[in-house]
Amino acid sequence: MTTKLEMLPTPEKKSAGTGKPTNRRKPKVRESRGTLAFSRAQRSKALMKHAVLILAGALMIYPLLWMVVSSLRPNELIFREPGLWLNSLEMSNYTSGWSALTHPFGHYMINSAIVVIGSILGNLISCSMAAYAFARLQFTAKKLLFGIMLLTIMLPFHVVIVPQYILFSQIGWVNTFWPLIVPKLLATEAFFVFLMVQFIRGIPKDLDEAARIDGAGHPRIFLRVILPLMVPALATTTIFTFIWTWNDFFGALIYLTDPDMFTVPVALRAFVDSQSATSWGSLFAMSIVSLLPVFLVFLFGQRFLIKGIATTGIK
Amino acid sequence: MSAISELSSISRRKGKATAEEKKANSRDNKAAYIFLLPWLVGLIAITIGPMLMSLYLSFTDYNLLQPPEWVGLDNFTRMLTDARLHNSLGVTFTYVFVGVPLQLAVALLIALVLDKGLRGLPFYRSVFYLPSLLGGSVAVAILWKQIFGTTGLVNQVLAMFGIQGPGWISDPSTALGSIILLHVWTFGAPMIIFLAGLRQIPIMYYEAAKVDGATTLQQFWRITLPMLSPIIFFNLVLQIIGSFQSFTQAFIVSGGNGGPSDSTMFFTLYLYQKGFGQFDMGYASAMAWLLLVIIGIFTAINFIASKYWVFYDD
Repeated sequence: MTTKLEMLPTPEKKSAGTGKPTNRRKPKVRESRGTLAFSRAQRSKALMKHAVLILAGALMIYPLLWMVVSSLRPNELIFREPGLWLNSLEMSNYTSGWSALTHPFGHYMINSAIVVIGSILGNLISCSMAAYAFARLQFTAKKLLFGIMLLTIMLPFHVVIVPQYILFSQIGWVNTFWPLIVPKLLATEAFFVFLMVQFIRGIPKDLDEAARIDGAGHPRIFLRVILPLMVPALATTTIFTFIWTWNDFFGALIYLTDPDMFTVPVALRAFVDSQSATSWGSLFAMSIVSLLPVFLVFLFGQRFLIKGIATTGIK
Repeated sequence: MSAISELSSISRRKGKATAEEKKANSRDNKAAYIFLLPWLVGLIAITIGPMLMSLYLSFTDYNLLQPPEWVGLDNFTRMLTDARLHNSLGVTFTYVFVGVPLQLAVALLIALVLDKGLRGLPFYRSVFYLPSLLGGSVAVAILWKQIFGTTGLVNQVLAMFGIQGPGWISDPSTALGSIILLHVWTFGAPMIIFLAGLRQIPIMYYEAAKVDGATTLQQFWRITLPMLSPIIFFNLVLQIIGSFQSFTQAFIVSGGNGGPSDSTMFFTLYLYQKGFGQFDMGYASAMAWLLLVIIGIFTAINFIASKYWVFYDD
């Protein structure tokens, strides 16, 4: 919050608290380790910490593991078997879950993918443009607009959702993907504007100046100098947009009422509603299918996720 | 670091447009507004316009079919006597004021254990972080519904110890608690912010304290906590704002009705029912503005209170 706590992934200074635990404290820690590290007290203290962490971690992850295992079990075992061992692999939950709704589950995943791709493109283009203006250009009412932009990050979406719904339904956009994509094309997820502004501020201005001297205008500086340098911020935006849009329930619940247009979260909800308590297995199976893309993004994009959170404090 | 600190620094610096800045203005204005165009259109058409519209609608009776009818303060006086609304406020306040401190406490605790150059830190961090990525999804809410069901995982485990657990989410006294637990479960994101904050505390402070013979606990109270207070404050503000808006988990766990007996009827859930269930758009808009005012008040209180406990080291 103070300048001291500035934690930006800027190109020239590697940010602390991100990625690997490289930081200014590390050499010091090493030093103290050299003299004290192998003392018995310290080792048992570390051992205790590991025990606590492993226990806590197992507790955290157990429900997820149990869901995976349960999805591979015959239905009735879900209500009797709290353990993680599998006697046989039961794929029937997946096949029955896949075709349990009006459309095969893949249909909803494609719908979700369309919304996600549209949202990612929208956020990347519109937010980076706005961020360039805020970070590099001087213009009338800049401070006012920047302040408004920051305020909109904290604005609860409920105060706009009713009129937004009226607006989009009058254009005839209910049961289309437009209400979920168009706001992103208009940079309404101001959060990413802020993230990119922070990032661009860390890019040395000399680079712009050099390009300007060579006769480049702003579009060119933006496209040729700034954009290529802000790939990490773009990656963070892509990943967060992916996860948030993939999980987005409220927007889809309001705008998509035709089963043909369902995205994964509303399809799952319809699944919960349509099933009695007897088909938890296939419900679990499809829940896992729905979490899989997020999990994969987490596996491969962790670095950017953690950097993004540490920088800006998003979920 | 954050949008919050940016905002306060803007208000501190305001009204100082230098001559240099003015000169630059003439050069960049056109380009700047072209770059800002999508954002500006969105700001007006998707944010500010609808905001004003919903303010107007909050003084009307509107059901989407007939044109809005001006009813003055009717919606607001109705809110005064709407017992379900009062209940939903109570549920939401409980969720926010129990869930947020609990979640942040766990996040801080784990961050402290993780901090001191522990081996395997990236692994642990991933394990603790994963739930906060998945926690907002319908899938996890479904899982929660099963786990805390009458024959769910929790009760199966309890049964192994011979304890007959209640139907956690079908019992009005424990249903909200189950959802709060889901919120606590997603402590990974604030934990990572805490970890980043802990890294910024200069090690020399601890070394000096050690030389002076300070205990670990003293170091925590006198160094870690004050130095970390801006981060705690930042997490607190963000989590409170976010938690007031929680919707998905309560919706899925309760099957969309906020039950049993309204015990998980979050304010947002009630708003959704009013607006998109009964198409009482005027009332829903009034509720939305009430929510905005409530969040605004608590954020303001947070900022005022922060003067007394947040320590800025500059």
